[in-house]
Amino acid sequence: MMLMFNLYGIPQEKDQNLIETTCRNTPNYQLCISTLSANPGSINTDVTGLGLIMVDAVKTKAKETSNAIKKLKGSQPELRNALSDCAGRYNAILEADVPEAVEALIKGDPKFAEDGMADSSLEAVVCEESFKQVTSPLTVLNNAVRDLSDVARAIIRILL
Amino acid sequence: MHNMAFPNPFRTTSNSGDQSNENPSPYVPLLNSGRDPSRAPSKRRRPSRVVILLLAGMLAVALLVAVALNYKGNGESAANRLEKIVPAVARGVTEGVSAKSFVPLLGALKYYWTNKMLAWQRSAYHFQPKKNWMNGPVFYKGWYHFFYQYNPYGAVWGNIVWGHAVSMDLIHWRHLPIAMVPDQWYDINGVWTGSATILPDGQLVMLYTGSTNELVQVQNLAYPADPSDPLLTNWIKYSGNPVLVPPPGIHYKDFRDPTTAWLTPEGKWRFTIGSKVNKTGISLVYDTEDFKSYQLLDGVLHGVPRTGMWECVDFYPVSKVQENGLDTSDNGPGVKHVLKTSLDDDRNDYYALGTYDSSTAKWTPDNPIIDVGIGLRYDYGIFYASKTFYDQDKKRRVLWGWIKETDSENTDIQKGWSSLQAIPRTIRLDKETGSNLVLWPVEEVDKLRLKKKVFDKVEAKAGSVVPLDVGSATQLDIVVEFDLDKKALESINGTNTTYSCNANGGAAERGALGPFGLLVLTDNDQVEQTPIYFYISKDIQGNFSTFFCADHSRSSKAPDVDKAIYGSTVPVLKGEKLSMRVLVDHSIVESFGQGGRTCITSRIYPTTAVGDDARLFLFNNATDAGITASLQIWQMSSAYVQ
Repeated sequence: MMLMFNLYGIPQEKDQNLIETTCRNTPNYQLCISTLSANPGSINTDVTGLGLIMVDAVKTKAKETSNAIKKLKGSQPELRNALSDCAGRYNAILEADVPEAVEALIKGDPKFAEDGMADSSLEAVVCEESFKQVTSPLTVLNNAVRDLSDVARAIIRILL
Repeated sequence: MHNMAFPNPFRTTSNSGDQSNENPSPYVPLLNSGRDPSRAPSKRRRPSRVVILLLAGMLAVALLVAVALNYKGNGESAANRLEKIVPAVARGVTEGVSAKSFVPLLGALKYYWTNKMLAWQRSAYHFQPKKNWMNGPVFYKGWYHFFYQYNPYGAVWGNIVWGHAVSMDLIHWRHLPIAMVPDQWYDINGVWTGSATILPDGQLVMLYTGSTNELVQVQNLAYPADPSDPLLTNWIKYSGNPVLVPPPGIHYKDFRDPTTAWLTPEGKWRFTIGSKVNKTGISLVYDTEDFKSYQLLDGVLHGVPRTGMWECVDFYPVSKVQENGLDTSDNGPGVKHVLKTSLDDDRNDYYALGTYDSSTAKWTPDNPIIDVGIGLRYDYGIFYASKTFYDQDKKRRVLWGWIKETDSENTDIQKGWSSLQAIPRTIRLDKETGSNLVLWPVEEVDKLRLKKKVFDKVEAKAGSVVPLDVGSATQLDIVVEFDLDKKALESINGTNTTYSCNANGGAAERGALGPFGLLVLTDNDQVEQTPIYFYISKDIQGNFSTFFCADHSRSSKAPDVDKAIYGSTVPVLKGEKLSMRVLVDHSIVESFGQGGRTCITSRIYPTTAVGDDARLFLFNNATDAGITASLQIWQMSSAYVQ
């Protein structure tokens, strides 16, 4: 069992157990652990709270990707079509999927949060696929959004 | 007092701690929470842009007409002519679009969705408001009312208010103003699902779930501002709300969707509401005399381990002897009771038949192996949060289900809407099997039929596809009967392999006696195709099992739509011909096997099989049996919602 020290000193074993148990139920244990541990709010919260932290991580990474898309549009015009498609998809993630997931988790109807994260993963994958015949400049970011969404979805599943 | 168990003072619950281990303390709302009821809701999350539809069906409501009850003890034994029904389980695919369902085509288009494709997807004769979840369909003073959960601000679930529409025939709808908004502390975070009960004097009361300012799920009472207004336009919330808060042992986020009430032998009103304890789904029971104060009964109506949260519970009688529906309060020896729930866990609606004991307020399933949540489903495709109501005018029980989109959110935003309602279905007990319900589109949908084309005894040899020339193939009502090669049925050797719609290879996997059926929304070259079919398997003892499936794996070249295969076994009794009915309405297809014993609702998003390029075929992919099909096919007119 990995002992992790949070910013505030002594690890709480109950909290650590919850994080570990939760992450073991996700498809990417390492990513789950590292993302949750990086957020001090992951101590002393419940599964819903952990889910919200992961959804927030999706949001942050999606914003980063969205900004990257905007920059690329200017500098690589030959990728314009794919980038347009991706822009729409990341708009869906940021304007629909993430808010839906947050509201659903807060209000206690987690299946809509799961739907939101399922779609978020989908949008990232399809964006990546839209670069089929050229090298995608967004692979690392798309994969990150996909992986974080998949982990978030798995955490939310626990609540159902 | 709202809830007899909780007098003053008020205090909040704590909401920390692991949800599943919590033993929740009783919730008591904050006094003077500071909410001015006349103030408009302060949350406007984002400016409303393109209004987007999202349908979620939290359907609740039944129309209740109080009838004098003759209650007698239950002496009947459960009917024992059980088919071997294999509950279909969605294999790991939740009702979202799974990344695994992509089948990227070689060198295919990257950007599928043109405006033309998206515009085509909108249905012509299904109820399709902006966003909707179903709340409380009810029949009142000559109108069918549909109250639906609506998000005015976005394409996904959230910011829920009560939309409202009316109809005289369940098919042609007229929008009315929003009936209720979250403007009280006890529903400020959502005016969620409710159910209507009609009292003996004709009065209508609505019990609905509100999400409070502290995110607690409570039950509230509302009633029409003007009962003489048949359109029920304005509503009043009872000043003493909430009338119910989560009881001890129930988590404050697991307490929603009250049913229509029914009369007890003592003359009280009784309703049930779903919840869960750890992973056991349950349904609690309350009695009331005035809908303002309630008594929680001991125990539960029923519970099933490992099913998770029970949403949109529905509970109603069906007749064992009559064809018509029954008032929600009916009971007696000629009656069975259906307990239904929507499972949060897998987004499917499950039901079971059983016996209700009104003296103990307990329901027992006829067959615990196919108990609630682990057995039969109203529909094996996309169908959720459904609810029935008793139509006292036509003496039928009507079911309505919410059908979501199974494409990506991005596309939903692009096309400007999301989700719709299935065509309402009548529900009755299958008198022939005694062990399942039959669901059938309401007869009013037949009024949309235009010209008919009849195809009599069309032969389809083993391994053949036969085009059916019907003109446009986007809005159809198709009724088919199949004759099988009897020699083949008898002579084919049985095997001990098992089949299931979603675990086998869809319509492309050939068996001796199937699959055969229709290809809907299929282009001329059958590149995009959606088979709706029967598959017959024969075991070593010579017994047949028949499966009814819908295969979406090749329904579209687009990578971001659901491509699963849905379906289940369907009971077929000796001497019966195989038959199906299929309602095609652009991107929604509703299929009914054997008179509605097994139903499948599909969402289909083709890129080429749209408009004039959508075709209909008969197909037979069996290796050893020819089939003959007789079809009646109607073009369907539109039923525009005003």
